Amino acid sequence: MIRILLVLLASWLTVLSPVQAQEASLQDVLQTHQEEIASPSRRSVGEVLEALVATAHPDLPRFLERWQAREVWVRDADGLFFFVEEGADAITLIDITSLEVVGTAAKAEMTELRPNGGVRRVIGSALVQFQLSDPDIERRIAAVDAIARAMSADQLPALLSAIDNEPDAALKTRKSRLAGMLAASFAETEEARIAAIAGLGSDLSVDVRAVLNQILSTTEGVAAEMPDDANIARVQMPGTDITYTDAYDRLVAANLAPARISNADILAALTEHVAGGMVGGIPTAQLNTLETRRIAYTALAADGLVPPLVTDAERTAMVDAHSFFLAYDEDSSAITDAARASLDTIEQKVALSQAADLTLDALSLASIYFLAAIGLAITFGVMGVINMAHGEFIMMGAYTGYVVQLFVPDYTLSILIALPLAFAITFGAGVAMERTVIRWLYHRPLETLLATFGISIALQQLAKNIFGTQARPLTSPEWLDGALVFNDVIAISYIRIAIFVLALVFLALILFVLKRTRLGLEVRAVTQNPGMAASMGINPDRINMLTFGLGSGIAGIAGVAIGLYAKVTSEMGSDYIVQSFMTVVVGGVGNVWGTLAGASMIGFLQKGIEWMNPSNTLAAQTFMILFIILFIQFRPKGIVALKGRAAGD
Amino acid sequence: MRKTFISQNPSVLWFLAALGLFTLIVTILSEGFGLGIVSTSFIKTLGKTLCLCLIAIAMDVVWGYCGILSLGHFAFFGLGGYAIGMWLMYARTETIVVESLAGNIIPPTEQEVIDAIGTQIFGVVGSSEFPLIWAFADSLVLQLLMVVLVPGLLALVFGWLAFRSRVTGVYLSILTQAMTLALALYLFQNDSGLRGNNGLSGLQNIPGFEATPQATISIVFFWASAFALCAGYLFFAWIVSGKLGSVLRAIRDNEARVRFLGYHVESYKLFVFTITAVVSGIAGALYYPQAGIINPAEIAPIASIYLAVWVAIGGRGRLYGAVIGAAFVSLLSSWFTGGGAPDIPLGFYTIQWTDWWLVLLGVSFVAVTLFFPQGIGGLFDKLVRKQP
Repeated sequence: MIRILLVLLASWLTVLSPVQAQEASLQDVLQTHQEEIASPSRRSVGEVLEALVATAHPDLPRFLERWQAREVWVRDADGLFFFVEEGADAITLIDITSLEVVGTAAKAEMTELRPNGGVRRVIGSALVQFQLSDPDIERRIAAVDAIARAMSADQLPALLSAIDNEPDAALKTRKSRLAGMLAASFAETEEARIAAIAGLGSDLSVDVRAVLNQILSTTEGVAAEMPDDANIARVQMPGTDITYTDAYDRLVAANLAPARISNADILAALTEHVAGGMVGGIPTAQLNTLETRRIAYTALAADGLVPPLVTDAERTAMVDAHSFFLAYDEDSSAITDAARASLDTIEQKVALSQAADLTLDALSLASIYFLAAIGLAITFGVMGVINMAHGEFIMMGAYTGYVVQLFVPDYTLSILIALPLAFAITFGAGVAMERTVIRWLYHRPLETLLATFGISIALQQLAKNIFGTQARPLTSPEWLDGALVFNDVIAISYIRIAIFVLALVFLALILFVLKRTRLGLEVRAVTQNPGMAASMGINPDRINMLTFGLGSGIAGIAGVAIGLYAKVTSEMGSDYIVQSFMTVVVGGVGNVWGTLAGASMIGFLQKGIEWMNPSNTLAAQTFMILFIILFIQFRPKGIVALKGRAAGD
Repeated sequence: MRKTFISQNPSVLWFLAALGLFTLIVTILSEGFGLGIVSTSFIKTLGKTLCLCLIAIAMDVVWGYCGILSLGHFAFFGLGGYAIGMWLMYARTETIVVESLAGNIIPPTEQEVIDAIGTQIFGVVGSSEFPLIWAFADSLVLQLLMVVLVPGLLALVFGWLAFRSRVTGVYLSILTQAMTLALALYLFQNDSGLRGNNGLSGLQNIPGFEATPQATISIVFFWASAFALCAGYLFFAWIVSGKLGSVLRAIRDNEARVRFLGYHVESYKLFVFTITAVVSGIAGALYYPQAGIINPAEIAPIASIYLAVWVAIGGRGRLYGAVIGAAFVSLLSSWFTGGGAPDIPLGFYTIQWTDWWLVLLGVSFVAVTLFFPQGIGGLFDKLVRKQP
């Protein structure tokens, strides 16, 4: 009572005060709802806020924010509201309109407003409409984010009114898009909703699809007769659309049928009613088959101890006597039809975009395989030498990049240094290997395979001893972070684009070296006929050495590229070696174009299989390898087979 | 005049005598039947080594005699292990489940027992249903048949496809490696029906012999492995010493010429590929009960390559070479990696063999390929015959 009197007194006082010449101050407006503001409840605060917002007072948003943040205090003596600065024992009072210090008070004289979580949420949603038109763009964005996180009907008018005066073009688009989504779910009239739903048809984003799916959400239903008033999505025929078991379970859930007695239920009931080693007139020892258990249970049921069994025939009859359907939660069929049409359009576009995205993925995988395999294609294809240590050259390249980054902290510069350095190091390693091991084994290909395998395990273990078993980072420069986004479905990271470009550069470079330079001419001559080449003054030893070095050097560069997007470990080479061999063999040995074809085929194949069974990349690899084994049955020489004398054999 | 098989091949006699002597000595020193000087775990290591020797002989026949560098024989080995492992695991789990259900007032139905076994075995991969491939897991006889049939049929189909399209040399090696990789990747999946990367475990417990100590079981498996090695050696020695062996060597040396002579080269290769795959499966079925666990990592392509390494170091084209290589390298490997070898301090750096053993193996492998293409067996031959 005292408080109400105080309120009356205060309002009377403020009415009399001279400040209030032309316009009611915020304090006055607040004082008319003093009690509800001072101790608000979740139930009553809505009305108060509505009334406050209706006054459209310019200082209201600031007050609401402080109120929500529990920064408003009330003076117990007169019920006036103040912003405060808390001192050690006294409190400095700040006027809520002028923000000027108007005095001090002892803590005992003041009460802090402590609205609870529910109230603060309501205040927050009332605040959104102010924040939507706030001069600060950050706050406008935050407000739009808040609406997008939790959409509700009451935000629609505020959002609509905040669209036209939005200065920022991007945010304006976002606002009208969000308004469209809100209108699709919450607009007043059916026509407005249908129009809004139709407007969503060109948007591929996940949240729009979520809105449409929300409109199209269904509930499983069962009834004796198909209901006329419900908005039926689909009629479910038992046996085709829904199994009899599920249909019966739905009947049980709707209390239209007695519960099914499962074998486990029978067992539990029998265990409960065992008496003197007998149950239902049967000794327990004989209850080890379903038939005897059933007989015992039926006996128990006849005595009224347990609910009777429902036979299969009875269940089927009960299911057949009912209709099963999926009903839309939305009652208007015009709206659900519009939503379905919009969703179909969107899904068609999404499918197309996904196909494009898959193609990009496959291209990038193909370029990685190409990079990994092209060095191998030169040594294996052109020289006929199997290099099982090729994967370890890739690893050496990647570790070179890692070591360079230890010394050169600038990532762009370090990659620029690492690429030629990796080439130089693996070129040297390749030449050394060719000189010491491979040239003694040119006529024993199987033994080359084994010797290079020995080198491979030695190098792998050596890397493990030096760098440890954990993965090492090879960080890409900042300008390669992020992704090129076409729409909500199609996106490709810049690293993958860079690898793709790198693969193209290498294709061009190798073609140029092989077809347009003296070295390439000599390489091709030695490949086709070493004896003849030697008699024309070409030194086959030198050519073999250089070719092997070139192939290994390219592996080193591929290692830097692969290390940028995958992890650098001592085992990264062996992850690629089988795929690389597959690429070369499938593509056709001794041909750069063949390697390109092989890499494309394997890349696209793997992505294709992954797309069909996305949860399981292991299965994708298994099936891909099986496919390749079969493919080699039909084209043993690969896609691009050499013909005539060049084929050798 | 036809001489007898043994008198033609005196080395077979020597080998069998050495194997018999070895078995006798190990038995006398064992815990199960003898003085207890050799520990049970070392008996198991020796038994496993004998199984590895058996698959090495198979590898030697297919590679050293017929020239097919298969990088897939360890996959057949693993398949044999999986086949026997399925029975071991099923039967043992059945014993446990029946015991635990015996306390119930109402005895379980057959289906309940099977369901409980399924939950026990497949719970680890989030399933309880028995996949189709476990259909015969309850029968030892049928699973033993699987040990032979599964690797045999896989080798038959794969070999038929590969040899028919005249895939030879390094291409065939890469193709077999791809097959092994595909199989290993498949088995790594949880829904492959073989417990994914958990593999099958507890295989050292032989159902029906729960009371028998591992010391006895280990020596029995050691005998079985020795017997299998002996039988395998005799069988392959017989194959390679006859006319068939001559054709195989001819195929290795010049396939085209053999074909022109009217031999159906593909059939010979297919026969050798399949029969060695079967023997590999048998070796695996003896190996994994001694190892106790099998998982897909065992069949990864690297294992098959190591197999080729053993045979190459031991010496290709002579059966005892394969045995020497497999026994020597695998025992040496477990000595080095098990911490048995002393570290070498260099002052500034200490060479720890657990880290450096693979480097040594790789380098020595290159050295053997370059300088001793005949392997250890070749040195042995030189000593015995006193001529190159």
